[in-house]
This record gives sequence, structure tokens and C-alpha cells, in this order.
Amino acid sequence: MPIPCRTGCGKNAMLKRPKTGDALCKECFFWAFETEIHFTITKAELFKRGDSVAVAASGGKDSTVLAHVLKTLNERYDYGLNLMLLSIDEGITGYRDDSLETVKRNRDDYEMSLKILSYKDLYGWTMDEIVAQIGRKNNCTFCGVFRRQALDRGAAMLGVKCIATGHNADDIAETVLMNVLRGDIARLKRCTAISTGSEGTIPRVKPLKYTYEKEIVMYAHYKKLVYFSTECVFAPNAYRGHARALLKDMEKIRPTCIMDIIYSGETMAVKEEVTLPTQRICTRCKFVSSQEVCKACVLLEGLNKGLPKLGIGKSSKAKRMLDEYNTKQEQNLKDAIKQLDNDVEKIENNCQSNQKCRSNLCKNKRNGLLNKKSCNNKCSGNCDRTKVIVDNTKVDNLLAKYAIHEPVKKINTDGNNIVNVDEDFDTSDNEDVNIDQEDDTCSASCGKMGSLIGF
Amino acid sequence: MADTLKLQLQFGGGAELLFDKIKKREIELPALNKYIPDSKDNKWTIRHLLVWIKDNLLRERPELFLQGDSVRPGILVLINDADWELFGELDYELQNNDVIMFISTLHGG
Repeated sequence: MPIPCRTGCGKNAMLKRPKTGDALCKECFFWAFETEIHFTITKAELFKRGDSVAVAASGGKDSTVLAHVLKTLNERYDYGLNLMLLSIDEGITGYRDDSLETVKRNRDDYEMSLKILSYKDLYGWTMDEIVAQIGRKNNCTFCGVFRRQALDRGAAMLGVKCIATGHNADDIAETVLMNVLRGDIARLKRCTAISTGSEGTIPRVKPLKYTYEKEIVMYAHYKKLVYFSTECVFAPNAYRGHARALLKDMEKIRPTCIMDIIYSGETMAVKEEVTLPTQRICTRCKFVSSQEVCKACVLLEGLNKGLPKLGIGKSSKAKRMLDEYNTKQEQNLKDAIKQLDNDVEKIENNCQSNQKCRSNLCKNKRNGLLNKKSCNNKCSGNCDRTKVIVDNTKVDNLLAKYAIHEPVKKINTDGNNIVNVDEDFDTSDNEDVNIDQEDDTCSASCGKMGSLIGF
Repeated sequence: MADTLKLQLQFGGGAELLFDKIKKREIELPALNKYIPDSKDNKWTIRHLLVWIKDNLLRERPELFLQGDSVRPGILVLINDADWELFGELDYELQNNDVIMFISTLHGG
């Protein structure tokens, strides 16, 4: 038995709106869907006439519908907006490369200009490369932090007044729930804001804030919009996944819970005595940050220094890791110098005793993990032997430096560091050949080594 | 007398990824009492169809498509392009040549 459209238009209803429970036909649904977004935009005064607006476009359902609806409303209500698409290419093969094709189609369908910014260009790393470094555990942290800043940078390049994102009501309800579950009061406070952005930054607006995911998908389906729906190839965020599943289960029983959670988030007040981090400008990259150095810079530094876990966890932990790293670097340098002196001395004394070298080995072993680690990397897999073989701090330290030198080339935020390391390395250029030779020896025969050094 | 029931199944929004990436399938269901012998009357409903899909089409990770005796919340079901919530959901009685579509809302963003 067909159900008539609730508006009395005479057509048969095609869907039940989760937000209101109304049964509507396609046309009445389109009208209700678009008009509600129009009211959201006008009530919150998201845009001003003449504004340039970047639509953050991923090729997924939300941003595709957002671009389509903004174009429609811009024409219907004469907002006078200059709309364009902004996409971020994280460099995830089999995922983003495909979805960008969808964005390009949006560009053609909606006649908007499209700007694509890549992680590779901005940070020197693709997500594929980052995952190869850090594994699949915390990769979403990198991706999220980098994307946030990448959008800011893209918007600055385009010179737009604001960035419109496709966050829908389900997303926001999910985020409220997540922030409650994590006790993240600062984010809880700002996650329901329809427009975010402190002074000096480009605001983000969420025109789909009150739009249900189900309606977005139905709208895209009935309008035959082309969107991309493959899950990211890397591990999905498990915690968010649970919050999402919980919410979907609740929504099934009582669809208004989505709007109610958003309402709760909006009206919840944070006690005055709770101190919240203030937003400021990162001292390195000059983009918004809640710390002296923003998360993106810390993560990047970690990647470039071969300490990919640097930005995972609390900032105090990051500082400690960095201090340890710097101390180690200094120590390595001192050791290398000392060892060179020793060697010169040894050569002068013309030492040939194996015994002496062995005792040397013990001392070297104590010199730190980093040495062993880098040697392990260098030696072709013969770990047990490696431990015994490494009886020359000089080689060891140079190897350590050599191993670190590669990623350091990628640093583009920390000029001083490049210079320092390069200088260090330059002084030892002459040793390059020796290192390689000795490295070969390392995996071949350890007995040989003592005599080599002792010559 | 046609004992079998002809349907078209469609999968979209990422749901097709659970079904060998095939978006459209023509299927033919046997008489219900032959497939599920203890069914009371011989009428296929969406509830029965989901059992058939689980047995015949769903190869891996059924929990991404099904939950209990229904679809996983977040997967939309359309009966001849209309929301199944208007037609009694699981209890909708399938008709010959119906088009049943499953669209995931859970993928991508």
C-alpha cells in the first residue's frame, strides 16, 4: 500500500525522514532538504555576499552533496558566492587517487574551479610513506593533523573567506560522544560550533550540521550524484568506529537522538574553573596551534628525525623524546671525536693486541642503543653477530649519523638542523668509502675485524 | 504457476564491496517452503531475503552487513527505490520483479 506524501502534493511518499518522521515524495524531500540547509546558512550567517568559499571536497557523499546543494542554493537564493573546490591528496594509493577522480568529476559537473594540495608537496611525505615508517597503529593521527593544516594552507592560497566542510549531523553527534568518552573538554566545547576559527585564521563552516546522514545518502541517490564510497585502505579508527556503531544502534530505536546529542553538546556549559588551552600561532609554521609548536610540526619533525612516535601522546612526552634525541646526538658526536683521538693515539702506539679491542667492545656497547640500532639496520640481518662485531665506535657513530642523515635531507622547517648535520657529515666524507668497506666486513667475518682495526 | 520469485538486488554506497563489488544482480528465489521448510506461510519477506543473501551471496564479514535478523544500522534499504521504513521493513512481502537496493551510509565521508 503506497503512503501519500505528507505535504498533500498528491504523489506517493518515497522516504521517511529520520529527523521529523514525515513521509515525503522525492520532490517534497528535495525541497525540505535544501530549504533546511538554506535556513541553517542564513540563521547562522555563515556567508556574506561576495565571499569566496572553498568547499573541502573528498569525493565522498557528504562533500559531493554539499557542493551540489551550495551551488543550487547560491543560484536559487542569490547568495552571491564564488564557490570553489579544495581537495587534499594524502597520497594513499588505491583510495585517494580514485576519489580524486570523483572530485574532478564534481569540478566538471558543478563548474567550479578545483585546487588539489598534496601531503607530498606540503610535508615531503605521502601517507603511504608515513605508514611504511610508523606502521598502521597511529597513522590516522598523522593523516588527521596534516589534513587539518593542509586545508588551512590551501584556503590561504586560494584567498577564500571560509572553508565549508561536509560534516553532517551524525558526524557531529559522534564527535560529541567521542569527546565525552575521552574527557576532551576543550574539543567538546567547540565541536558543535557551526563556525570555528579564531582571529587571524580562516573559519570553517558546517552547513550540513543539522543534516542527517541518511538524508544525505538518499538525496545523493535520488539526484544521481556521483560519489566515492571506498573505505580508506588503512586501519579505520577503532574507537570512533565503536562510537559510530553505538550511535547508529540508538538512531535505529529513536532517530531524534542525533539532534538531541548535538543539542546537549551545544548547551553544555564548561565550569569556569576549568582551564582550557588557548589557541595561538605555531612558532615554526605560523598556523593555528594550542601549543608553542603545533602538532603537525611535531609529527613532521618526528618523521624526519626517524622518531615517528614523537607526536603520539602528550606534548611533554614529545619534548622528553626530543631532548633525549638531542642529547644522544651530542653524545654521539663527542664519542666520535673522542674515538678519532683514540684511534690516532692507537695508531701511534701501533697496538696489535686483540685483547685490547675486545675490551674496547665492552665500552662501546655501553655507549647507547642508537649505535646498535643503526648498525643493525646496516648489517644484513645477522643480528647476533652484529652485536659482537660492532667493536668500533667510530664506525658505529658514523653509521648512526649516516642513517640519520638520509631523513634529515627532508627537513624543510628546521633550517639550522640541516646545516649542522650536513657540516658534521661533510667532515667525515673521507670516511665514506671506509664505512662501506667495513660494513661489508661486518656481515662477512668478525674475526677479521679486530685485526683490521688493530693494524 | 511460478514457484520462483524473480528479484533484482542492488548494492551501493560501499555495500557492494561486501558482494564482490557487483552492484546489480538478478536473482531467482525458490519457493519459500523449499528453502526454509519451517516457514509458516509461503511468502518471501525481506527477513527471509536477508537469510538467503547471507547463505548465498555474503562471502566474508557478515557482521558488516547484518546485525541480528536485520541489516546493520546505517545500511539503507530501498524497495523499488522507496525507503523500506514506509513498507514495514523486514515484514515487507516481496513481489515478483521487485528491485531491492541496499545502500551503505557507513563508508567514506
